[in-house]
Amino acid sequence: MNPDLREKFAAAAQQGRAAFVPYVTGGFPDADTCLELILALDELGSEVIEVGIPFSDPLADGPTIQLSSQKALEAGATPAKVLDTMARAAAKTKAALVTMTYVNPVLAMGYEEFARRASGSGVSGVIIPDLPPEEAGQWLQACQTHGLDPVFMAAPGTPMERLDRILAVGGGFLYYVSMDGVTGADLELGPERLAAMQRVRARSSLPVAVGFGVATPAQAAALAPVADGVVVGSALVRQVHQAKTPQEAVEAVRGLAGELRQALLVR
Amino acid sequence: MSASQASLPKSGGAKPLPDELGHFGPYGGRFVPENLMPALEELHAAYLTAQEDPAFGEELDDLLANYAGRPTPLYEAKNLTRALGGGRIFLKREDLTHTGAHKINNALGQVLLARRMGKKRIIAETGAGQHGVATATVAALMGMKCMVYMGTLDMERQALNVTRMQMLGATVEPVTSGSCSLKDATTQAIRDWVTNVGDTHYIIGSVVGPHPYPMLVRGFQSVIGKEARAQLLEREGKLPKAAVACVGAGSNAIGLFHPLLDDPVDLIGVEAAGHGLDSGEHSASLTAGRPGVLHGSSLYLLQDPNGQIIEAYSMAAGLDYPGVGPEHSHLKDIERATYATVDDKAAVKAFGDLARYEGIIPALESAHALAHLKDLAPRYAKDDIILVCLSGRGDKDVSQVAAYLEKQR
Ligand SMILES: Cc1ncc(COP(=O)(O)O)c(C=O)c1O
Repeated sequence: MNPDLREKFAAAAQQGRAAFVPYVTGGFPDADTCLELILALDELGSEVIEVGIPFSDPLADGPTIQLSSQKALEAGATPAKVLDTMARAAAKTKAALVTMTYVNPVLAMGYEEFARRASGSGVSGVIIPDLPPEEAGQWLQACQTHGLDPVFMAAPGTPMERLDRILAVGGGFLYYVSMDGVTGADLELGPERLAAMQRVRARSSLPVAVGFGVATPAQAAALAPVADGVVVGSALVRQVHQAKTPQEAVEAVRGLAGELRQALLVR
Repeated sequence: MSASQASLPKSGGAKPLPDELGHFGPYGGRFVPENLMPALEELHAAYLTAQEDPAFGEELDDLLANYAGRPTPLYEAKNLTRALGGGRIFLKREDLTHTGAHKINNALGQVLLARRMGKKRIIAETGAGQHGVATATVAALMGMKCMVYMGTLDMERQALNVTRMQMLGATVEPVTSGSCSLKDATTQAIRDWVTNVGDTHYIIGSVVGPHPYPMLVRGFQSVIGKEARAQLLEREGKLPKAAVACVGAGSNAIGLFHPLLDDPVDLIGVEAAGHGLDSGEHSASLTAGRPGVLHGSSLYLLQDPNGQIIEAYSMAAGLDYPGVGPEHSHLKDIERATYATVDDKAAVKAFGDLARYEGIIPALESAHALAHLKDLAPRYAKDDIILVCLSGRGDKDVSQVAAYLEKQR
């Protein structure tokens, strides 16, 4: 059995914290450094680590993650290789691992085969932003067969009845997209936005992790009281882009991630 | 082989497609980030109520007639017919619409929907620039802000259309990711829409994208086939034996085919073979691709074994998209339509032939449909009618073709 996602959120809550959910792009800057990044993020106490399987046309991603995906693909990343990296990481990590990708690479492998391999690689849940519940019939079945949590998203414009339908089929946690926008966009955390998050959380039977645009410890601190978890992607990937060496990348990510996790203490 | 491959219409009696979730058989659907779901519901509802509202139809018909220049002529190309031998070739002259291609039919329909929904800003993607020009045109007409995403490679080869869009008051946003062409422009437009979904309508340029786009674009482009069908019945007292159109992502072809689906007419789409199917540099998604998901719907796609999208190539910028709309994907599988391919070289030859035989300079895209007539026309009897969609005019392509011919010498 791979780590239980809900237990990870519950454990963070017990320590009076929102769970820390950092994202890295699989195979970026290269497979070995990506593995080191995952291990470093685990070491500093991340509850869940999200690893992207790069896709050529990532609709929901902004320039930072799009470019990291393009570079990873140029460096030879494939779904199988990223899952292999995750398997190597899972052997050593305490954190639960989830993967985020797009539906076409999953379809190319086949829903059933992808779920089997992901589960076998230590993956607890899978996020597919362009696979909404109405198209997910076969995928849900494959997840059930292989003990994977299908993680779905909700957005600020999601009506409550739709939210209920998403929650009814989703597993692990609910990924709440903080704003209308792509990953890495500027996030403003006004009172209305925070109130909307609270409403979703109050309605949700699953832990709610908020992501998209979270870049600073101040933002993480503002989100911690209204969310069960906070996802940070582009801000970390940017550190990797800016680093001159793989070692520098690992250190820079470790530094920012440590501060972000620290900021998630609620009490 | 008998001339008529489709002696029995296969859609007769069946439920109309798409189904409620936008599926054409296993294709279509709605594969988008959750942020866009409410906007797609809103668009779907707006389209359905507009269909019921006579005022919408009247305004659109008025604009199509008095602004866009419809109905477009149906011209019998007697010189070309004589040269090729076989069936009588009739050209549906979409090249004579305002802005010079069928794209205006869809742009007008969608901008009226956008206004009904109270949207203030229009975005679009463009390859050849024809859809971008059509969108910039209707945005100017309605006094709306307009941004058109265009790959830098296409901006280079279709410079004339970039200038036209700018003259019309649109902002042309260069796209530098991936292959710097239509696929990447579409991805970028969808990202813009995700970000500005509240006040922005995305006028997608073909029968692709999430439900309801393939259905809605088909609805606005069907005027091509409806008019041509009526024109033939009135003038010739009979239906065509075959209908032929080029297929980029598939909108002019669906517009021609859809009103003929229940008739005993051979439907033939022509994809771009670019440098040849074996070269790997082509846009023949139906012929050489396999089903997958791109830009919000399930369709035939050019992709590698890992599901990464492969860059499409054609000399015709409007054809180099790595997918073909869900309805075509379905029509191929159920064998109601067939799809042929034509390479750059044959398209350029057909481009020149139409100019010299008929005094009409076609768009390079449309020239692909014309090039296939060399094989097709002789298979039909002399009194059979072959209906061809001349989707656009070729002014935008003359310098590119001249340079190509220069290099061949
Ligand atoms: C003149 C012309 N024909 C055809 C096409 C291809 O599009 P579709 O397959 O959607 O008709 C284009 C696209 O730009 C075009 O400009």
